[in-house]
Amino acid sequence: MSAVASQAQKEQHWRRTRNLMITHIVIWFIASYVVHWFAPELNRVRFMDFPLGFYMAAQGSLVVFVVQLFVFAWQQDKIDRDHGMAEED
Amino acid sequence: MSVFRMKGTFIENLPKIYGLYTGSFIVFIFLMALLEQAGLKEDTIGLLFVGFTIAIYALIGWLSRTMQLDAYYVAGRQVPAVFNGMATAADWMSGASFVAMAGGIYMGGHPYLAFVVGWTGGYVLVAVLMAPYLRKFGCYTVPDFIGTRYGGNVARACAVLVLVIASFTYVTAQINATGTIASRALLIPFGVGVWIGLASILLCSMLGGMRAVTWTQVAQYIVLIIAYLVPVIWMSNKQGFGIIPQLVYGDAVQRIVELEQLHQVGVLKPSGPAPGPGMSALTVPHNAPADTFVAQVRFATLVACMMLGTASLPHILMRYFTTPSVRAARTSVAWSLFFIFLLYFTAPALATFTKLQMLDPNLVTSVIGKSVAQVNALEWVQKWSQTGFLKVIDANGDGIVQVNEFFMRADIVVLATPEIAGLPYVISGLVAAGGMAAAMSTADGLLLAIANALSHDIYYKMVDPKADVKRRLIVARVLLIGIGALGAIVASMRLTGILGAVAWAFDFAMSGLFFPLVLGVWWKRANRAGAIAGMVVGLAVGTWYLYMVKWGGMAPWIGIDDLRFGIIGAAASLIAMVAVTLMTPAPDKETQAMVDEIRIPRGQTILGSTH
Repeated sequence: MSAVASQAQKEQHWRRTRNLMITHIVIWFIASYVVHWFAPELNRVRFMDFPLGFYMAAQGSLVVFVVQLFVFAWQQDKIDRDHGMAEED
Repeated sequence: MSVFRMKGTFIENLPKIYGLYTGSFIVFIFLMALLEQAGLKEDTIGLLFVGFTIAIYALIGWLSRTMQLDAYYVAGRQVPAVFNGMATAADWMSGASFVAMAGGIYMGGHPYLAFVVGWTGGYVLVAVLMAPYLRKFGCYTVPDFIGTRYGGNVARACAVLVLVIASFTYVTAQINATGTIASRALLIPFGVGVWIGLASILLCSMLGGMRAVTWTQVAQYIVLIIAYLVPVIWMSNKQGFGIIPQLVYGDAVQRIVELEQLHQVGVLKPSGPAPGPGMSALTVPHNAPADTFVAQVRFATLVACMMLGTASLPHILMRYFTTPSVRAARTSVAWSLFFIFLLYFTAPALATFTKLQMLDPNLVTSVIGKSVAQVNALEWVQKWSQTGFLKVIDANGDGIVQVNEFFMRADIVVLATPEIAGLPYVISGLVAAGGMAAAMSTADGLLLAIANALSHDIYYKMVDPKADVKRRLIVARVLLIGIGALGAIVASMRLTGILGAVAWAFDFAMSGLFFPLVLGVWWKRANRAGAIAGMVVGLAVGTWYLYMVKWGGMAPWIGIDDLRFGIIGAAASLIAMVAVTLMTPAPDKETQAMVDEIRIPRGQTILGSTH
């Protein structure tokens, strides 16, 4: 990888970065809003003895967010490395 | 730190230093427990807990003193991701999270869980949309980013204005909380407690700025998380739910639903007004999610306000300016949320256990359904009745405590739980120290955010750009003390309840700053005129809506009340910013190149390490 990254590399890097952003925003939107909109319906389901609608608001969505952020950090770092945009270690 | 005689740098030794600190704190807890057995008075235990921890924070603050710009403003940009995560968690979790959240769930049931979801999910926006890019930018403050990205003092000044309004709303609630805890633990009047609390807060931040606040916040996180988890785990173990109560309280939730029918929760309403400020009777079922359109909108909009507010609050964003790299900024957001998660997924468990203890007639701790005489004879009921936190009113005169006759302040769920469950008083002392740590750490972050914006963005960038380092750092400290004092004066007037003010801070921040920050990174076309319009219109419309709904007698639109006014403000901000941007010319080549640079982690920051 040359010291000055080519314009094509930059564009590709940004396209993948943007797609990753959109993916994570969609997951975030589902866990934040869609799931809780249907809480009464989910409450008919039992999960680890919890009513599922309650569980998602008290714990489930939170677990999704935490896991999602570690995965995001790993994925974005991989994108940066693939295109020579990562910081030196 | 030479007393420890350690090899290597301070940063390399962090795990060892904080390991030692955590160990000493646990030894201190055991020591207090032994002294309690030996007959030490309860008041003295509470005093020692709060006094000892404040002294430690002050010591860290003094050891971290500095006269260097980048140490003062961004902790020298060398805070490792995990430690920055702990510091952010302490910065984030305020007195309200620590003291009021479990109680809010107890009283409010499922709709209140919107706070739990909103105050965690916001970090996804921080990580994905903002923190790494702001770190690459290399700014000292959030207005620093706005001012450089869009150019010009007007944009910078607007960002400072939004920051000051949002953070000041928030900080008064925190100083109020430190005052409340200090006055109770140190046995002094509230008015004096506020100033003692402020003095403790300033001891942590004044000499070392961001560097000192970082290392005290890590110490405060350790205290607050131990203080939150230990009582819950102990209580759950005592009741046979095991040592990871967060995973097994599903049965308890279902049991509460049965008990609510028995006690007619939600059917019986209090016959008169609450007997004191902040007190209420339990009238909302534990697990009754929104089933009407307006209620669903109210849940979703509250979640949205807390999330977008999280991603716009400068005292949180500026924590990610302190990491050594862009990559570390991203992992640090993940760690922050993990450390926050530990408390937030415990709060609903605590609310559930406490409610079960009060409602279940099979448990010795139960209150509802017992005779009034029996309840009034309980030691914890007597103690908290005296302080105006609790009252039993036998409205129907049948001599039995019904659910609509038992009034309490929600804060009791956290503050009195150890006593309700019959744990030793040392645990109550620990909880007081935890609450103090939570309120102090947030207040420190907020005060520093305000003072830094005024000293860097207003004083240095606009008033006196030729000021030398010494002068800038002195001005920064004078402002810190001045704003702290102003906050203490407002706090001692007790204008709002803790949570009202806290939610407003999120609404103000998102109304003015969310879209100018996000679009500054993600929309190259965004320009100065658009950003200024976004900040001014967002703040103005949001404030107008708050005024109209809260005091102006206007009916809220589809349930969007004063806690949710950020929805209206942010929507206006987005429309104004996009419209004005498209009506005015695109930013110049240089600015567009700068945006390209922000998007790549590699290479130099946009702004120099001292600027």
